[in-house]
Amino acid sequence: MPELADIWNVLFLRDYNTRLVVICTMLLGCACGLMGGFLLLRKRSLMGDTLSHATLPGVGLSFMLAVALGGDGKSLPILLAGAAITGVIGCAAVLFIREQTRIKDDAAMGIVLSVFFGAGVAILGVIQTMPEGSAAGLESFIYGKTASMVMSDFQILVLVTICVITCSLLLFKEFRLLCFDETFAAALGWPVKFLDILLLALITAVTVAGLQAVGLILIIAFLITPAAAARFWTNQLDRMLVLSALIGAASGWLGASLSAFIPRLPAGAVIVLVAALFFVVSMLIGTERGVMIRFLRQSQLKKRMGRQHLLRALYEILEGGRVTEELNIRTVPFRQIRGRRTWSDTQLRDYIRRAYNDGLVEAPNKVDSILLTKTGLAEAAQVTRNHRLWEMYLIEYADVATSRVDRDADMVEHILGEKMVTRLEDKLQAYRSAGSLVPQSPHPIHPGD
Amino acid sequence: MSQASDSFMQIEQPGISSRSLPLKIRDLTVAYHRKPVIWDIDLSIPEGKLVSIVGPNGAGKSTLIKACLELIPRTSGEVSIYGQSYKKARKRVGYVPQRESVDWDFPVSALDVVAMGTYGKLGWFRRVSKRSKALSMEALERVGLADYAHRQISQLSGGQQQRTFLARALVQDADIYFMDEPFAAVDAATERAIVELLKELQKRGKTVLVVHHDLATVPQYFDWTVLLNMRVVAAGPTDEVFTQENLRRTYGGKLTLFTQAANEVVQSR
Repeated sequence: MPELADIWNVLFLRDYNTRLVVICTMLLGCACGLMGGFLLLRKRSLMGDTLSHATLPGVGLSFMLAVALGGDGKSLPILLAGAAITGVIGCAAVLFIREQTRIKDDAAMGIVLSVFFGAGVAILGVIQTMPEGSAAGLESFIYGKTASMVMSDFQILVLVTICVITCSLLLFKEFRLLCFDETFAAALGWPVKFLDILLLALITAVTVAGLQAVGLILIIAFLITPAAAARFWTNQLDRMLVLSALIGAASGWLGASLSAFIPRLPAGAVIVLVAALFFVVSMLIGTERGVMIRFLRQSQLKKRMGRQHLLRALYEILEGGRVTEELNIRTVPFRQIRGRRTWSDTQLRDYIRRAYNDGLVEAPNKVDSILLTKTGLAEAAQVTRNHRLWEMYLIEYADVATSRVDRDADMVEHILGEKMVTRLEDKLQAYRSAGSLVPQSPHPIHPGD
Repeated sequence: MSQASDSFMQIEQPGISSRSLPLKIRDLTVAYHRKPVIWDIDLSIPEGKLVSIVGPNGAGKSTLIKACLELIPRTSGEVSIYGQSYKKARKRVGYVPQRESVDWDFPVSALDVVAMGTYGKLGWFRRVSKRSKALSMEALERVGLADYAHRQISQLSGGQQQRTFLARALVQDADIYFMDEPFAAVDAATERAIVELLKELQKRGKTVLVVHHDLATVPQYFDWTVLLNMRVVAAGPTDEVFTQENLRRTYGGKLTLFTQAANEVVQSR
């Protein structure tokens, strides 16, 4: 087991051996997170995957070319340049197939991805049989080999990250519109193709730069996962991108550190797993779109509606269908309330218990009858009035109502305006003087439903 | 240049006023996958008209608009907007794409979307200024969505989303507007709001072309009509063009059946 001090040293970049690697993966994570955000929103996630798989033949071919020209086959810039070239050719192939034939995107990407990867594997196989082929190490591009990162990797990553951040800042508005509404951008006369290519170029740069660290199979996860995680926390693109970059950087940092002090743990995989952890946590507790918040909102709504239903049912029972100026509070038998709506005993008991806790009702003998308190009566009157106003509005303005009606609103006036509410109240008054409490509801409730 | 542009000049000769027509289309043909979608379209739209483009599904209504805005390549023909190519006249053109053409789950607010209408005049690298934001807010107010400015767009109803798109076109502050099915699947309140807005635009001398699918409201909303079915069947003032005979020629048997059925219903009463 690693000592605590070792862990500390690695995490806080005190350890000389791992410092470079950790910084490199952090930078990569930052760049990946940013670009991943655009990739995700442009719905090109699979395109990124195609791109990364299509880099493999480039690595092999550039190695062969370099050796044939008598150079050092393992020169990193040459290998990466080759990777970028075939990666882009792969994407171009997808676009070509999509535009020129009627084959759909997913099929085109599936074909290109596997064919290019297959070609890459074949080329690496050929290289192994070459006499000059000290090709050992080329496979590291497939799964990544973080430990082998050196100063030149660092330089490349710094360059790529700076490029990506600068472009995202300068072209934020352009990329946003490109991703949201390409047609409108084109109608504005923007060079949509150019922007698209620029975005693709940046993603290619990030992908290629990340080959060393996480490998071509896993880089797509490093691109998409932080962005998808960030989406759960915010509805604003700028915040989402910043958060995505942060999550990416944190994944790189933690992942690389972890793999540094646990031997034989490949960094690429650990980084992706850490990112996945961020994703799962975000999915669960994300404040904007997370599973928990959705569940919470749903159950709150249910509770609020239950409370309103209970109060209205009580109020209507007290009215007893007659127009009276003053309501007398009296106990109402449980069974009578139960008969007002289609609710189960348990549900109704639950609503009553909550109302009791809020001081809206009293339950003298606990279960069998319910008594509204003063506060309860006031709120019940308010709820019933609002309900009737909405009902009135729905009947009078059926054509526009659907977009306006908000039965949950405490203050109808806020939505419809004082004038409209006054008009509706006049209408209600007219009904009252005719001896009816409310206009006939289109869905009458019969006792015993 | 080619013959086409020569003859174009000749036709422009007689009246100088015709030179500034908001939209003039000559011999426009557009083809997808070898199959022509619209054929030899000739069309002139006078200034300040509210124009409906009507025709059956697949008649090429959207294609016509997209070809005017150079969003899809033309196979042949010319389009001039205020006597200029689209490239040059672009800043005078506003566009409302179909609502379904974008992902409404995108992380932007209604205000953000409307502000996109100002992008055309902002220039590269420039951030959205306070002024554009104020303009966008104003446009949102005009379509009755001021209270929804900061809502994420997926939290808007279909009608509200449509109005957001209209507000975006408003801030483009154009002279001619192309709208692709702005009335599709909107509630009555939104439809009314949109019509009011269109009439207001017309009052200010703007020309508005609307792809429309509800025949019943055409005479009521629009004073100029283009009946389209791969070719222009008829185009002109709505009260002249919108005739039973022209509609039959546009919609073919389908509409005849429909009217027959309607007649039978009336007679059986």
